[in-house]
Amino acid sequence: MAVLTESRKASLRRELEAIVGAGAVLADPDELLVYESDGLTLLRALADFVVFPVSAEQVSALVRLANRESLPFVARGAGTGLSGGCLPAEGGLVISLMRMNRVLEVDYDNQLAVVEPGLVNLHLSWTVGARGYYYAPDPSSQQACTLGGNIANNSGGPHTLKYGVTTNHVLGLEVVLPDGEIVWLGGRTRARAGYDLVGVFVGSEGTFGIATKIVVRLLRKPPAVKTVLAVFDAIDHASAAVSAIIARGLVPAAVEMIDQLTIQAVEDAFGCGYPRDAAAALLVELDGLPFGMEAQAARIVQACRDAGAREVRTARDEAERQLLWKGRKSAFGAYGRISPAYMVMDGVIPRTKLPYVLRRVNEIVAAHGLRVGNVFHAGDGNLHPNILYDPRRPGEEARVVAAGAAIMRLCAEVGGSISGEHGIGLEKSDFMPLIFSAADLALMQRLKRAFNPTGLCNPGKIFPTSKSCAEVGPVASRPHAIEEKGLAQRF
Amino acid sequence: MAHAVQEQTRAAAGPLALHGLSVEGVNQCVHCGLCLASCPTFAELGTEMDSPRGRIFLIKSLAEGRIALGEATARHLELCLDCRACETVCPAGVPYGRLIEAAKAEIERQRPGGAGRRLFRWLNFGVLLTSPRRLALAAAGLRAYQASGLARLVRRSGLARRLSGTLAAWEALLPPLPRRAERAPLPALIPAEGARRARVALLSGCVQSVVFGAHNRATARVLARQGAEVVVPAGQGCCGALNAHGGDHARALELARRTIETFEAARADAVVVNTSGCGAHMKAYGHLLADDPAWAARARRFAASVVDVAEFLAREPLRGPLTPVAMTVTYHDPCHVVHGQKIRSEPRRLLAQIPGLRVVELAESDWCCGSAGLYNLTQPEMATRLRERKVGHVLATGAEAVVTANPGCILQIQAGLAARGAAARVFHLVELLDRAYPAATP
Repeated sequence: MAVLTESRKASLRRELEAIVGAGAVLADPDELLVYESDGLTLLRALADFVVFPVSAEQVSALVRLANRESLPFVARGAGTGLSGGCLPAEGGLVISLMRMNRVLEVDYDNQLAVVEPGLVNLHLSWTVGARGYYYAPDPSSQQACTLGGNIANNSGGPHTLKYGVTTNHVLGLEVVLPDGEIVWLGGRTRARAGYDLVGVFVGSEGTFGIATKIVVRLLRKPPAVKTVLAVFDAIDHASAAVSAIIARGLVPAAVEMIDQLTIQAVEDAFGCGYPRDAAAALLVELDGLPFGMEAQAARIVQACRDAGAREVRTARDEAERQLLWKGRKSAFGAYGRISPAYMVMDGVIPRTKLPYVLRRVNEIVAAHGLRVGNVFHAGDGNLHPNILYDPRRPGEEARVVAAGAAIMRLCAEVGGSISGEHGIGLEKSDFMPLIFSAADLALMQRLKRAFNPTGLCNPGKIFPTSKSCAEVGPVASRPHAIEEKGLAQRF
Repeated sequence: MAHAVQEQTRAAAGPLALHGLSVEGVNQCVHCGLCLASCPTFAELGTEMDSPRGRIFLIKSLAEGRIALGEATARHLELCLDCRACETVCPAGVPYGRLIEAAKAEIERQRPGGAGRRLFRWLNFGVLLTSPRRLALAAAGLRAYQASGLARLVRRSGLARRLSGTLAAWEALLPPLPRRAERAPLPALIPAEGARRARVALLSGCVQSVVFGAHNRATARVLARQGAEVVVPAGQGCCGALNAHGGDHARALELARRTIETFEAARADAVVVNTSGCGAHMKAYGHLLADDPAWAARARRFAASVVDVAEFLAREPLRGPLTPVAMTVTYHDPCHVVHGQKIRSEPRRLLAQIPGLRVVELAESDWCCGSAGLYNLTQPEMATRLRERKVGHVLATGAEAVVTANPGCILQIQAGLAARGAAARVFHLVELLDRAYPAATP
């Protein structure tokens, strides 16, 4: 990382202010410090500037300036990400999109909305809610996270099980490419001619450019919703119930699991109605037409009972349902009541391996002398072990990283993945070789170079750094053939 | 830089504190960011230093000695409304209000500012708020200024605009003060009507009693109609909330002790408060005086007896008969009622009992209007932005009136409506309840 001299910094600042205005550039070190982390406090990196554009043209001008000056740049939304994806790993510009947060257009007849990237996920559903519509992807941080961040990470959420992830709900994107050019990917219809560049861009973690307008699908709110809470005295029983529900051919909108440590934290937070003494609880939601829903709910209740649930009940009303979801969606933050910090893992495993993997996760974390809380999308097999630690105790951060690595290895071993929805970011980049071959990674590198040939756009993310690959395995520590030929390089 | 991971082990020194006040609560913040979208200043500016998470991070960095209290940091902390909306949504239970109060006290210690700022603070915190007598005198003088036509002259002459920002804001905000009769103290005892349900002591407040004596009278009447015997302890003064929020910690402690002493003598079942900041602050006396062995237990006992007027009244159905109040209103939640005391459904349940009254919900009803104690005087620019945001939502409801429950909010929203030339009125909740009684008792 190049350190900017004071005089260069001063002249850059003047140029940045000429683009976005004097009140839209941060350069004071104390202010920049606030931007050193996202939702994952384990990782930290300082920017040289944080800037606040209000239009695609301003973003483009900023990106062109960054290119001219060889300054790295990265987009940031609300900073609720969990893999360090928006950190300026090599310094440079953080381009905050929080002042681009308008709903530009809602086309109810065609069930779509055009929005800016800094719009908060939930605010879109609020905007269209009165007319009976909503935006389906519902990451647990939806009350704060932005749609731009959702695009970068291809975010999921509890209702992913039935409705799919962000990419299934994005029709088109206006994007400022890493060289500053403004292009449109996709459009306003679901049919896409040519390459599916929307599909390529969504989930590219900010390495392919910066989305400045987003065309999203809106869905009609389901006419009926039923939410079932099943309480278990053993985690294994809850895991078995998940498999039983899916095996019976039922398609709930969501199947979430929440363990005892997490239940206690969220009960302290909001008193949501989860029994504190339960080993685990499942939150199962059905939605759709009222017809047949009772029968489906009855089959889910039966599946839970057969698996050993000690209590199964249905939310009496919308208020109780909302409270249960509030507990589920606030779970990560609620760990603050029992620990000053946590690192959340995001592994995905085949559902049938749930009982084994959960047992192993608990063993691994305990072996590192740490505690873990589990709250996750059980229906998808998308785990979220939250490793609790205290950064003030010497050596704990290193143990957290080691436990996290062991969990990722475990997920890979059982045929799963190291990430479901939080992105690879900085946090998991060195572990990509666990699930991808050198050839796989090389192909991804070539794709990245097509969009981002200089590597200035969000450097240091997704791909392993050669220095630290040794701990993952020998496969990635050797330069790949295409690197040797100069066709690709590691960033 | 190869990688952003830095092992950054901080020495586990003593407990974190600013100005001798514990800020250990910063360690409860796990940086999840769920608070961001609920913060009015973050919504307006989009800068994370002006978000709860960012401010907690600044406070933590200050206490750990990672940063010094520079101009920028002080500015971001002072821009906090202390509305505590972030506390309502925080899953980790970060005691944000306490953290920001400690930070503001530290700012006063390190950066007391120039002569103008110090004079403003001394006048408000040292002279007026500490003495009901001086406040009453000032009010009499102010009333004379307004009644004499001097006020109009100042406004017309453009002198007001030439005054510095905060003075101009004071000038624009000041309501026409009521006549002397309304500023007069309430009777020491107002007997209960019908079956007696409790003996309550009423906080008449410092600014409240001067500007909104009518609300105190309405509060006493409504309480009496609901079966409460109301005592109004003589010699009561300011509860110290404005001092505490403004970083004037030492005087806040003094005023708290004095308030406890005065109210203990009233031997009431509960202390009823009709102003939001005072109620929230008095409920926190136990924490405020926790380190004072002579007062800790008394403060805890006292704090447990404090109730907001809506909280008290909503415990039982309103006693009838009630006369219809034909009006469409909307309700604005004062921050220190809804966030500071978690009272959300009670005022709405009370309004729902008034026949003929139609209540429409207000968008962002629990967002700060920008009044925030002395905030509209110290941070006029942000206060005006939030006032405009609030008034925009109010006008969108089409309601004839806004009901709320705090003098600061009433002044602020009134000023905002007036600035837009809107006819909508602003009432304290107790005024509407008072109207619903067929013949008000004296």
